[in-house]
Amino acid sequence: MEAAMPGSFLLPFALMTPFVGMLIAFAVGGRHARRVAFAVIPLGLALAAVVALLLARSGEPLQYALGAWAAPLGIRLRADGLAAAMMLVTALIIGATALYARPEFGARAGAPESRTAFAFWQLLLATWGALNTVLLAHDLFTLFVALELLTFSAVPLVCLDGRAETLQAALRYLLFALAGSALYLVGVPLLYGVYGTLDISLLAGRVQVESTTVVAAALMTAGLLAKTALFPLHLWLPPAHAGAPAPASTVLSALVVKGSFLVLVRLWFDVGLASGPAAQLLAALGAGAILFGNVLALRQVRLKLLVAYSTVAQIGYLFLMFPLAFGAGSTAAESATALSGGLMQVISHATAKAAMFMSAGLVYAALGHDRIAELAGVGRLMPMSIVAFVLGGISLVGLPPSGGFLAKWWLLSVMVTTGQWWWAAVMVTGGLLTACYVVMVAMRAMSAPSTPLTLKAEVPRASEAVALALAVCSVLLGFVAFLPVDFVAIGRPAVLP
Amino acid sequence: MVVLLLVIAVFAITVRSTFAAVIAFAAYGLLVAVAWVRLQAVDVALTEAAIGSGLTGVLLLGAAARLRATDQPPRPERTAPGLRASAAGVSAAVAAALGAAVWFLPEPAPTLAPAAVASIDSTGLGNPVTAVLMAYRAADTLLEKIVLVLAVVGVWSLAPDRAWGGRPGTLYRPDADGVLSFFARVLPPFGVVIGIYLMWTAADHPGGAFPGGTILAAMWVLAMMAGLADAPPVSSVSLRWLVLAGPVVFSAVGFLGMAIADAFLAYPVAFAKPLIVAIEIPMLLSIAVMLGMLLAGVPQRR
Amino acid sequence: MTPVTLLGLCSAALAGLGLYGMVTHPHPLRKILAFNLFGSGVFLLFGVVARRGAAADLGGDPVLQALTITGLVVAFAATALAVALLLRFFDATGTATLAPAADHDADSGNP
Repeated sequence: MEAAMPGSFLLPFALMTPFVGMLIAFAVGGRHARRVAFAVIPLGLALAAVVALLLARSGEPLQYALGAWAAPLGIRLRADGLAAAMMLVTALIIGATALYARPEFGARAGAPESRTAFAFWQLLLATWGALNTVLLAHDLFTLFVALELLTFSAVPLVCLDGRAETLQAALRYLLFALAGSALYLVGVPLLYGVYGTLDISLLAGRVQVESTTVVAAALMTAGLLAKTALFPLHLWLPPAHAGAPAPASTVLSALVVKGSFLVLVRLWFDVGLASGPAAQLLAALGAGAILFGNVLALRQVRLKLLVAYSTVAQIGYLFLMFPLAFGAGSTAAESATALSGGLMQVISHATAKAAMFMSAGLVYAALGHDRIAELAGVGRLMPMSIVAFVLGGISLVGLPPSGGFLAKWWLLSVMVTTGQWWWAAVMVTGGLLTACYVVMVAMRAMSAPSTPLTLKAEVPRASEAVALALAVCSVLLGFVAFLPVDFVAIGRPAVLP
Repeated sequence: MVVLLLVIAVFAITVRSTFAAVIAFAAYGLLVAVAWVRLQAVDVALTEAAIGSGLTGVLLLGAAARLRATDQPPRPERTAPGLRASAAGVSAAVAAALGAAVWFLPEPAPTLAPAAVASIDSTGLGNPVTAVLMAYRAADTLLEKIVLVLAVVGVWSLAPDRAWGGRPGTLYRPDADGVLSFFARVLPPFGVVIGIYLMWTAADHPGGAFPGGTILAAMWVLAMMAGLADAPPVSSVSLRWLVLAGPVVFSAVGFLGMAIADAFLAYPVAFAKPLIVAIEIPMLLSIAVMLGMLLAGVPQRR
Repeated sequence: MTPVTLLGLCSAALAGLGLYGMVTHPHPLRKILAFNLFGSGVFLLFGVVARRGAAADLGGDPVLQALTITGLVVAFAATALAVALLLRFFDATGTATLAPAADHDADSGNP
């Protein structure tokens, strides 16, 4: 085992802080839940920042044996560069969502507890805690519990407004997610039965290609694909993400689908349950998602559904890294670059999509609808929101210097060196389609209305500013290419293609 | 037994009537509990009988009754034959792959049983399963408590706005009498004793807070169904603290471990057993209350 | 073939059966039931592997047995949430179908 680094005691705090906040919010109820959330979020953000700083300074991962029991009997938490970076991004987006949702899920003085305030803040904190668990847990069963935590916090968010349509979407989502977690869970006893451990690092040192392992890897991967909504298992996503209240959509699209994806990354890259042909299949499904999702996004009449279908497409990009990292001729450096590209896609999509769902939500609230054909004039009345939407779109399209550009650039460079140019063709086509719908929305919003447009509700400027700030982040994210250290690579195992 | 398991399972999947399927499932659950005894896992058998068969059975039965009680049956839908065939193909492939995976498991099987036994003295416990749940992998157990709280929050969040803060309405039948009422009067004292005993004995023998809590919950639910007790309103402060007692004490002892022992969720050897008991008592209460509220369902009456 | 292996094959069949039911049944309650069947197949697999790991005078590997208990609880919580959602949806609409309403969206990708 690696020696304990100073500061590793921060990991259980990082894991538990959101959950403790959730339990306190449960106790004090909906009237004070928001206050609890706003007390806990800066704390968790600071913890994530300190962990990231410690990693950047030492270049070593942090790890912590829970209960002081060593693996394989005990469970450990481990923060490598990937976990630390994603923890920081998660904390930032949760914080931004909380600021954005502040007016919507508030409590008036003296008013009785409201159901939505009671549920929303707890579910938001629980989502955050679940994601931290996904990132830090170094054990395949603890990861299962983490995925369930994520599902249980995400599903009620979908139907917070209680409309029949969203109840149905939530039920479909839950059933998909449950099938996915059951498939993932099948792998746990199988791998344990062969290797006698569920610890990721210990497994990585032991796994071999043999029949039980192959079955376990295939079923676990399939289950995670259902939870990540990779085409053609995406059917649950658009109604759920589009129907949810805007702050919930933000978290669902930006973060929740990434949780199961990151478990998949752990399985393939860290445990080593990878296969070249299967990687080609994943990327083929990803390509299907990119084309199908973008085309359907273009055909949507409603803005929130457009954004949701765009998520289906953007999830596809995440899977293009697999054949690049696990191709027959890929070198370790190429694999690492492919993974960096995939992670940059996770992060830039998280910030960009959060901004876009936030602006779509503001437009919906201001107009009382989100029909794209009737958006004329919105750009003049709520310029900040529309600018945020377009900047987020720029990152999705992949124009420099956005994070989306950097992600695609890294992926493209490996496509070129490994000679897998066909994925590049898909990527470029997807970018063009994305550009089409971003421009379409922008043109509609900026055009002059036939009758003067009046807003049904006042636009909360603070919420607009949050959306804009996230969009600006996603556009400037490309500059991380100039960071002196390869942060994400800290504590990562060398990928053996 | 294997044949019987498969036959009931096929029946539960294929039978036309939802009600019959649910009843078959409850019977199936009891059979699975027997299978667990055969697998020399009495702790799991108790949990399976209590939760997997008992509570899940009641939950599904209640839902089937509610869905059937209305005069408008669910719109008859047919699954497209193509989908049905491909689903059958995929499922058969999954089953075959799993079968092969089991068949090719290596001999001798790797095991952590010796390691679990070797360290058990420092936990003060005699039952290795409890040692795994409360010491070696206590973090999983703590997170699972949070899963339960979250499920409660999720179910409550489904309340219609007019009923928010009110009582769950599905179980309460104030006019119920006869057999159910009789049992609801007679059984609870025994149930409470058995539930506490199961929690207490788990330190050294099969049992545990879950089977124990489930039996307490079952007694409570029985009383609710017989109309002897009403479900509490979800706005009740004492209800909320009962839900939280287990997870809060568990987390607190976890953090205490950082101060007085070596790590989060570690126990100092001298106090391991008292600390574990100190967690299990509130946990038993919380589990009973959470399972009961999960069965009672969405708040519907103010 | 040992009885334990036989039970292992049986749990594989149960899992497959549950998966089939989850995909093909149109009624959500039947899907939830099938999920529980699927789950019990998976859990029995835990038990089979645990039994194979019998050592140190124990009838099975306590680690996998403990994981099963945790898993059973999580599965129950999932079932409770799903049933609550279903009943709430039923109360709101009077139906229990998962088929999208006619005007739901332009989702033509549904095969």
